[in-house]
This record gives sequence, structure tokens and C-alpha cells, in this order.
Amino acid sequence: MTEAVREAPKKERPEFRNIHVTDIMKYRLPMAGIVSILHRISGALMFLLLPFVLYLLQESLRSEYTFANFMIIASHPIAKLVMLALVWGYTQHFCAGVRHLIMDTHVGLDKDSARKSATVVVVITVIVTALVALKLFGVF
Amino acid sequence: MANNNIGPKRLVVGAHYGVKDWLVQRVTAVLMVVYTAVLFFMIFTSSTPSYEGWAALFAKQWFKLFSAVTLLALFYHAWVGVRDIWMDYIKPVGLRLFLQIATIGWLIACAAWSLQILWSV
Repeated sequence: MTEAVREAPKKERPEFRNIHVTDIMKYRLPMAGIVSILHRISGALMFLLLPFVLYLLQESLRSEYTFANFMIIASHPIAKLVMLALVWGYTQHFCAGVRHLIMDTHVGLDKDSARKSATVVVVITVIVTALVALKLFGVF
Repeated sequence: MANNNIGPKRLVVGAHYGVKDWLVQRVTAVLMVVYTAVLFFMIFTSSTPSYEGWAALFAKQWFKLFSAVTLLALFYHAWVGVRDIWMDYIKPVGLRLFLQIATIGWLIACAAWSLQILWSV
């Protein structure tokens, strides 16, 4: 017995590690996985843009004079793009967060419903972001 | 209690900060959902957008306090999320600790700034 074990050739055992950043593009995530990573990305985005949001809030509230300044900043194309990114981030995080809260009550936990709800999150977010984009850039 | 704390039943998660942070994230999330709904309601039921209307909304004491509590909840919520990101991707302990301390400092500064903004109107 021990002899046999010793003589058996050592097989190369596969090694499984966490997904490295450089592997991201090679992975095809399921819908729920996409929503999961987008939740993190949108959260990080809003965290990084906190100073911009607070600055806008400050300018919009402090006085009539700073409100005019706020309107000028908010009408700049780059500021509009940043605000659009924030709208996307907020809507994505909001919808995916509500999905989390619903799932916390043990509703929609099976694979099929989870994929459907994840798709709903992405679709709602894309529609809202597109509408805000059209509004921001003056289409209607 | 002491007898249960040996062998396979040994308590290894005694701090319970996992459950606490999970709960904090949910409670603060619900608060932000409610605030979002109220804010949208107040904006859409008001007349044409102007500084007067916007400032008058934030001049109301109940709305000021509601905004303050929600923003503080947001910063706590952000702390839990950002800390998770550092813990997942930043392995060197020194760098992770630095980033966590920087995050706390930054969020406390944001909290103070928010209160200053809210009480400037």
C-alpha cells in the first residue's frame, strides 16, 4: 500500500485562484455577476465624486449668487458628462441595492429569478440614463 | 457559554462586526431610498425651478435634519462599501491600513462639510 502510494507519479494538481484584474476581459460573467461588479464600480465612482457633488450642493444652496455659478458649472459639457456618470452610478446602485434588499427577504433567490431581476436592473438603469442624457444635452 | 466555546463549536466570529456592518448597510440603504422618494416628490410638486424654491426647501427645519441624517447614513454606508473594496484588493497590510484611515478621515471631513452646507441656508 505505502509502496504503491510512493511510486504513483505525482499528478499536476490544478490551481484555482481569485480572478486577477488582467483576466477580467476573458471571463464571461452571468447577468447577476455583471450586476454585482457594476454595484461595486458604481459605488466606488460615487465615492470618488463625493467632493464634486458636495461642491455642487454648496453652490446651489449658499446664495443666489452661488446658485448662478452652479447653473454655469452645470451647463458645461464636461460637468454634464460627469453628472451623467453620477446619474448612471446612482440609478445602477439604487436598483441593484433594492434587488439586494428584496433578496434579503428570501424572495427571488433561485438562479432563474436572480438572472431576470439582474437584467431588469440593467435595463431600467440604461433607460433612465438614456433619458437623462437626452434631457441634459437638450434633445427635449 | 464557556462550555460551548471549545472544539468544533469554538466561537471564532465573536466580534460580530460582519453582521453589524451588513445591518448598517441595509438600514442606511432604506433611509436613502426613502429620502430619494421624498426629494423627488418635493421637487416635482414645487413650481418652476428657482433658487428661492430650492433654498426654501432646505430652509425647512425638518428637511434640513432629514438631509443631515441621510447624508451621515450615506457616509457610514460608503465606509462599509469602500472598506470592503480595500479588504478585497489591497493585500499589503500597511497600505490597506493607510487607505482605511484615509477613507475614514475623508468621510468625516465630508460629514462636517455637509452639515456646514446644510446650515448655510
